[in-house]
Amino acid sequence: MNQPVAPNSFRTGPDEQGMFGIFGGRFVAETLMPLILDLEKHWNEAKNDPAFKAELQALSTHYAGRPSKLYFAENLSRHLGGAKIYFKREDLNHTGSHKINNCLGQILLAKRMGRKRIIAETGAGQHGVASATVAARFGLPCVVYMGATDVERQKPNVFRMKLLGAQVNAVSAGHGTLKDAMNEALRDWVTNVEDTYYLIGTAAGPHPYPELVRELQSVIGREAREQILEQEGRLPDVIIAAVGGGSNAIGIFHPFLDDKDVKIIGIEAGGRGLDGAEHCASMNAGKPGVLHGNRTYLLQNEDGQILDGHSISAGLDYPGVGPEHSWLRDTGRVDYVPILDDEALEAFQLTTQKEGIIPALESSHAIAHAIKIAPTMGKDQIIIVNLSGRGDKDVHTVAGMMGMEI
Amino acid sequence: MITRIDRRMAKLKDEGRPALVTYFMGGDPDYDTSLRIMKALPKAGSDIIELGMPFSDPMADGPAIQAAALRSLKGGHSLAKTLQMAADFRKEDDETPIVLMGYYNPIYIYGTERFLADAKAAGIDGLIVVDLPPEMDEELCIPALKAGVNFIRLATPTTDDKRLPKVLQNTSGFVYYVSMTGITGSALLDTAKVGEAVQRIKAQTELPICVGFGVKTAEQARAIGGSADGVVVGSAIVSTVANLLGPDGKVAAADPAEAVATLVGELSQGVRSARLAPAE
Repeated sequence: MNQPVAPNSFRTGPDEQGMFGIFGGRFVAETLMPLILDLEKHWNEAKNDPAFKAELQALSTHYAGRPSKLYFAENLSRHLGGAKIYFKREDLNHTGSHKINNCLGQILLAKRMGRKRIIAETGAGQHGVASATVAARFGLPCVVYMGATDVERQKPNVFRMKLLGAQVNAVSAGHGTLKDAMNEALRDWVTNVEDTYYLIGTAAGPHPYPELVRELQSVIGREAREQILEQEGRLPDVIIAAVGGGSNAIGIFHPFLDDKDVKIIGIEAGGRGLDGAEHCASMNAGKPGVLHGNRTYLLQNEDGQILDGHSISAGLDYPGVGPEHSWLRDTGRVDYVPILDDEALEAFQLTTQKEGIIPALESSHAIAHAIKIAPTMGKDQIIIVNLSGRGDKDVHTVAGMMGMEI
Repeated sequence: MITRIDRRMAKLKDEGRPALVTYFMGGDPDYDTSLRIMKALPKAGSDIIELGMPFSDPMADGPAIQAAALRSLKGGHSLAKTLQMAADFRKEDDETPIVLMGYYNPIYIYGTERFLADAKAAGIDGLIVVDLPPEMDEELCIPALKAGVNFIRLATPTTDDKRLPKVLQNTSGFVYYVSMTGITGSALLDTAKVGEAVQRIKAQTELPICVGFGVKTAEQARAIGGSADGVVVGSAIVSTVANLLGPDGKVAAADPAEAVATLVGELSQGVRSARLAPAE
């Protein structure tokens, strides 16, 4: 690929066509095209409307519990003997992850657009739970599409969604993971165009979703910036976040993109290693292609057929990535590196033991990289890890990996 | 540039009847059977062939075409083999128009310029690429038109009068009107509503209008053919193939090509009687 020229600012995208360089765009069936144009129009109005902003702010504060804390992981830092590690505690949000930030914004948008029915796709179930939650709060019916494999490995979240009144449709196509759930959600949307709002959970899909979700998640980075300045009097040296579709990552990255001295690292699911097919490292082992409405790095074969991939973490088990990440990769602003299943599992256990925090397996990938690099850094240096979600949902998977039954 | 599609449509207009456009999935269940199905189509009365290019993630397709794509890919089919199939067909038939239908990614990975050159050489006349709306015309539509390949656009019930000119702008060959919001192979369609929509589009273009999604029987083909310039049948053909396969997804006793020919023969009677009956 041609290396794009580094722009003056990394924070101005996308352009009017929804492109970040060659990535992004609107690759959807004609049936959906009028809908995403309408969504774009309403979003552009809403994001500049003080009343919309005020309502979102109030819900974020009183319902979701924002701002989330920036916590100095003192024991873990001391144990590793290098840089100071801070956790941005998105796991403390209502519903247990960063997903609620996006869902609150989009449900207000759906309400504004007069939509009567919510659909969503989910991998780990965190977005499904957050969608079901806001749908319950605003009295709208909600259908969540979830891969059959994920339904099996994320049972607690499936039950939570049902308790919240959502209908959970298991999708058995493909490997029964997030990619297949997204296909099925798109099929629902193309069928129910009159009344349905598609609440996409990650910063991917056709324009304007990547921008919309990024803007709603950027609250993470804005807060983290303020908090680290207050607590340390300076910006961090490194920011690390896990990347599946990449919404928590773009949320914490975006406000720091123009701070040249802040090194930014996205962590992809290395699964069982990049040599075989059992990983989800689309930016390390894939190439640009078109899927789910956007051009982005994808795991695919030489015929352009999409591969399924693998990750221990359902939330990272997706063969693509949000288009802005693809652009940040090619411009060189952000480094994307893989972390293996085993490394994530070790980080999960170490964080639980040293800090009394059970992190989601997704977030454990980010922590695992901090564990690798912290010892190589000075004690006066600072790493912020986005602890995007809590790990209660993963205890069955982890027990299985450890050979235990619960 | 005049393509086989333009010539065929002009001829049918003279004959005063709508076209029967038949879709099947390339490589389903295997290359040889699929090629025999393709060869059987014009003989059974199909006027235009839509050759399906399998894709792993067909977001606008229902269960029948999803399953067909997976069978095809499992059997080792690819875009290169789909083009080969068209070239093999052309050895015996240089008249019947062939339209490739599918999704963008395999074409993008093959390389747009290389794809257009190879498609043209294989005797392809038109393209229907589901996930390339007019907003993305620079990707493939404009290069295709320059290469002399028709780019056939889908218009849908959500394409209102204000948007229609944008959809029609770079369309050639014919306009494919999607009879309903939904995926391929969905439920029964509303003939009267479709007729109104066809008139609405005709008010803005000289191009022929073919209607698809949900047409399964000769009777439906006849009814739709009363107002449209062509009727597209896809999922019914793909399901006919699927119904004759064994549990292993391979051809069992009966020949799918024969069964498809029987169905297409009936559909052909439907479109041929479309304009004979008095208007309803």
